[in-house]
Amino acid sequence: MISKEEVKHIAKLARLELTEKEIEKMQKDMSAILDYFNLLKKADRHPMSIKLDRHRVSNQLRKDEVISSHDLVDELIAAVPDKKDDYIKVRPPLNLL
Amino acid sequence: MDLTELTIKQAHEGLKKKEFSSVDLTKAYLEQIKKTDKELNAFLTVTENLAVLQAESADKKIATGNFGQLTGIPGAIKDAILVEGEKCTAASKILENYIAPYDATVISKLKSQGAVILGKTNLDEFAMGGSGENSAFGAAKNPLDKTRVAGGSSSGSAAAVAAAEAQYALGSDTGGSIRLPSSFCGVVGLKPTYGAVSRYGLIAFGSSLDQIGPIAKNVQDAKIVFETISGKDAMDATSAEYVFEDSNASLKGLKIGVPKEYFVKGLDPEVEKVIRGAIKKAEDAGAKIEELSLPNTEFALACYYIIALAEASANLARFDGIKYGLSEKADKLLDVYSKTKGHGFGQEVKRRIMLGTYSLSSGYYDAYYKKAQQVRQLLKQDFAKAFKIVDLLFCPVSPVPAVKIGERTKDPLSMYLMDIYTVSVNLAGLPAISLPVGKIRNLPVGLQIIGNHFQENKILSIAAEIEKVV
Repeated sequence: MISKEEVKHIAKLARLELTEKEIEKMQKDMSAILDYFNLLKKADRHPMSIKLDRHRVSNQLRKDEVISSHDLVDELIAAVPDKKDDYIKVRPPLNLL
Repeated sequence: MDLTELTIKQAHEGLKKKEFSSVDLTKAYLEQIKKTDKELNAFLTVTENLAVLQAESADKKIATGNFGQLTGIPGAIKDAILVEGEKCTAASKILENYIAPYDATVISKLKSQGAVILGKTNLDEFAMGGSGENSAFGAAKNPLDKTRVAGGSSSGSAAAVAAAEAQYALGSDTGGSIRLPSSFCGVVGLKPTYGAVSRYGLIAFGSSLDQIGPIAKNVQDAKIVFETISGKDAMDATSAEYVFEDSNASLKGLKIGVPKEYFVKGLDPEVEKVIRGAIKKAEDAGAKIEELSLPNTEFALACYYIIALAEASANLARFDGIKYGLSEKADKLLDVYSKTKGHGFGQEVKRRIMLGTYSLSSGYYDAYYKKAQQVRQLLKQDFAKAFKIVDLLFCPVSPVPAVKIGERTKDPLSMYLMDIYTVSVNLAGLPAISLPVGKIRNLPVGLQIIGNHFQENKILSIAAEIEKVV
């Protein structure tokens, strides 16, 4: 069973506000699911021989050229909850913590 | 003639012969939605104005004689895929009023063919769930038994096709989200190879797993839609250079592998009977059946949930109340983030963000995330070995038919277990179809046909053949 403090710590890392009731439920649900995840320990046969697969992954580069997306900019700005002209307003980041 | 009964192919022929217009066809579907969807809840938004405008312009295109198979054909779109100017909610309160600023690439492709968009379909919030019950706007019901779920996460897409509310639909599949509802609703659902279809404009859940694919009334229709939406896209670096080519594969002489780990305890004996029956019919038609082993299958579900949730926790960090969607007021910036997410996300989404954050956090990373990435390689190797021996794999989509609404919502792990036969395919990036092959009383059962990478053509040819004999 993971502790209440652990749940609160993870919620803080996830930037997620949880109520007391949610924390209690989360403690129970997360513990059951993490127990199930421990099944993977059984797959521990030759852990060092399993390499992560990178050969199919390669960089996808495109030419460094300007593509106009002016219309899209207006629509993206229109979706912003709090703005002044074309600027997005946020609380002062220095107050972050 | 009831226009909503037609397949894409039949409707295309009718449009060609001028038996009816795209406007007629579109209005027949809009009428059907009005009649049945109050109860089913398959649609979150009906885009009636857009649909009629598109149908009118499709009719003009049809009049020129030069038009494609999807021109004037009305379909429905999972509400996690952006359609410019229309709401896209991902079935979440956090995006309740979000208007999509651009078209997803799959939508641009449909539009350029002159296809008609009827509306946006219900889903589990952010595509997270196996039953459709995690939608913030209520679950879509199974058209075949309204006391049961439609399956998730593309619940509304499968329900809409099964209830003749759309000629076809687009869904997305991260761990079974096209195949599971297709199986539960008795329609055909194709999860393409990772990279076969662009995901630009799909709201991301697990980026190494997500794929968009078609849900349709039959195999031929699924193929038509897949051909239209697949291919390389400059806006999605993970999309592959891929052009669909018909396959002449046939059951005669085909080697079909039956993985024994997919027929173990937990599988409903009646589901097994239906699946074994379909395999027998393939054998009778000349296929060679080989039982084989995918030895790491027992680890697939845990492996999948660790990876999918880790990726989800990163992808969903963007819903912080700054750029779009719900925004809660607070004095401190950090509180804006955490209050917005705390109030905007539903319980399952929160649970997944928490589990994903946990497995990525300092001290647990090696035991969970890294371990899961290693096990993922073992699972891939299992499939690679199998496809050296056989052409395709046959197994169930789900261990059970559609469950009752509310049956599994109390215990999240029991809900996750419904994905046990579908997640491996996503981890290995393979294509797979759900094909209805029988019923248990009134409830459909889907056969899952898995192919090697980019062998959608082979899957579709064989599925079309089996469709005729079951």
